[in-house]
Amino acid sequence: MPLLDVKDVNVAYGDVQVLYDLSISVEEGEVVSIIGGNGAGKSTLLRTISGLLSPASGTIDFNGVGTHDMAPDGVVNTGLIQVPEGRRLFSLMTVKDNLMAGAHNEAAYAAREETLREVYEMFPRLEERQSQLAMTLSGGEQQMVAIGRGLMAKPKLLMLDEPSLGLAPVLIKEIFQTIRSIADKGLTVLLVEQDVNHSLELSERGYVLEHGRIAMQGKAEKLLVDPYIKEAYLGI
Amino acid sequence: MDLVFFAQDCINGVLMGLIYGLVALGLTLIFGVLKVINFAHGSFIMVGMYVSYWAVTLTGLHPYLALGIIVPAMFLFGYWIQNLLIRPIFIAERDVREPITVIVVTTGMWYVLDNLALLVFGPDYRALSPNPLKGQMLNFGEIFISVPKLYGAAAAVATAGLLFWFLQKTRMGRAIRATSLDRDAASLMGINQWKIFNIAMGIGTAVAGVAGAVLTPFYNVYPTVGIPFDVKSFVIVVLGGLGSIWGALVGGVIIGLVESIGPIFMTSTWTEAIVYGLFLLVLFVKPSGLFGQKHDW
Ligand SMILES: Nc1ncnc2c1ncn2[C@@H]1O[C@H](COP(=O)(O)OP(=O)(O)OP(=O)(O)O)[C@@H](O)[C@H]1O
Ligand SMILES: [Mg+2]
Repeated sequence: MPLLDVKDVNVAYGDVQVLYDLSISVEEGEVVSIIGGNGAGKSTLLRTISGLLSPASGTIDFNGVGTHDMAPDGVVNTGLIQVPEGRRLFSLMTVKDNLMAGAHNEAAYAAREETLREVYEMFPRLEERQSQLAMTLSGGEQQMVAIGRGLMAKPKLLMLDEPSLGLAPVLIKEIFQTIRSIADKGLTVLLVEQDVNHSLELSERGYVLEHGRIAMQGKAEKLLVDPYIKEAYLGI
Repeated sequence: MDLVFFAQDCINGVLMGLIYGLVALGLTLIFGVLKVINFAHGSFIMVGMYVSYWAVTLTGLHPYLALGIIVPAMFLFGYWIQNLLIRPIFIAERDVREPITVIVVTTGMWYVLDNLALLVFGPDYRALSPNPLKGQMLNFGEIFISVPKLYGAAAAVATAGLLFWFLQKTRMGRAIRATSLDRDAASLMGINQWKIFNIAMGIGTAVAGVAGAVLTPFYNVYPTVGIPFDVKSFVIVVLGGLGSIWGALVGGVIIGLVESIGPIFMTSTWTEAIVYGLFLLVLFVKPSGLFGQKHDW
């Protein structure tokens, strides 16, 4: 049984349906990418998995537990953690308080000091800036805080929504390397991206999301050389 | 001689101003987290004063010791009101960050609470008894300081300090700040938004209870006693900056000083005009209040 199993999910904002009979799954230890253009429904999918939206129909199971009718805090308690699009830091809180806010669920709170040390080891720059307000950080540093804050929640599966958004090319490379190294430590990752090349390169599998439906799926290396993807997403 | 009067008025103004700040503190906290103006705030102060009055009358405790009863009672009152009356609106208007309906409901609460007080307690003006602080004065040469106001001012600073510490240093405080800054992001961190709203409303109401305990030793209790405090609280909160704890105290002191020093130079109708003039000036020049940011915590 997959760690995360999304089955036939339909999601609408009011009368506007955005996701149609959508199914994806993620196995334990995998890195899976969801790629798709603007407005395809990627963030909607992650918001639904996190319990910010509830599906009109369909099921979501995580670790064998049905999460589709849970509130966001319930979903977090199961170990399913999202780093949202646009970082969404607590702008007027310090870097350290942002990270600590990530360790709100009981299990994470008990381990907070230890996890904080690990996060600071991964991002030494954040330790230097721990008492600075989050809004005063550069875009790259803010993304580090966003990822660090997600890690502070002790995820079993980490979902990242467009972590490369708005970053300079060098920083994009760095962020993807960081994600790869997080995955290498054994964490399961579901990555949502428009940067098709980078994200598929570090993933085992991928899904292509178009107009709220899965248009294509398969092994990442196959998708990378697929003529349709090359034309539609890589502009080759 | 004149200088003594002036010093006397300044001291009175600062003390009363800090108490005004305490009165406004709950309003600013609730706004900071829920982003909703609680039009029933004055009624919460009124409820706080009646709870203090009865806590002291029934137990014979010193009003400041009675805080041990008043604070938890008021916390539960606020928590319950948010959970039962305001939360359903937030849920119904899920996509609206600052639903107007909440303002309608809090205005309704104002009428209901004030009239309920009239129904239950009658229109009488009630003076606290036993009142160990009644009419007590400290006297430094020609300057007299009211003891209940001095205690009240100290309680105001202590309450603000405690609230600031709680928001800055505790796990729950951090969760409250996170929710006030970004509800969805806080939810994604496993913070239960509704629980935070209940607790913030409970704390804001408990602070109104502290204000009630501070006021009753020198201010009579009656059903519409909250109304002047309501209006003042709005002015103070706008002056100091919506959501700002220290801004509330500073705003309170400004109002207190205008009210106490003003009458030396002009008739007291004019001091009212100055208060509202300041209010409008701040709205025009610096709508975020004197304490600039969205929040200082
Ligand atoms: N709150 C909302 N209310 C109504 N419609 C929405 C809302 N949020 C998103 N949508 C619509 O749902 C569709 C999918 O949006 P979504 O944000 O999931 O796309 P996305 O794939 O994440 O895009 P992007 O790459 O630009 O972030 C879009 O057509 C969008 O306009
Ligand atoms: Mg998106």
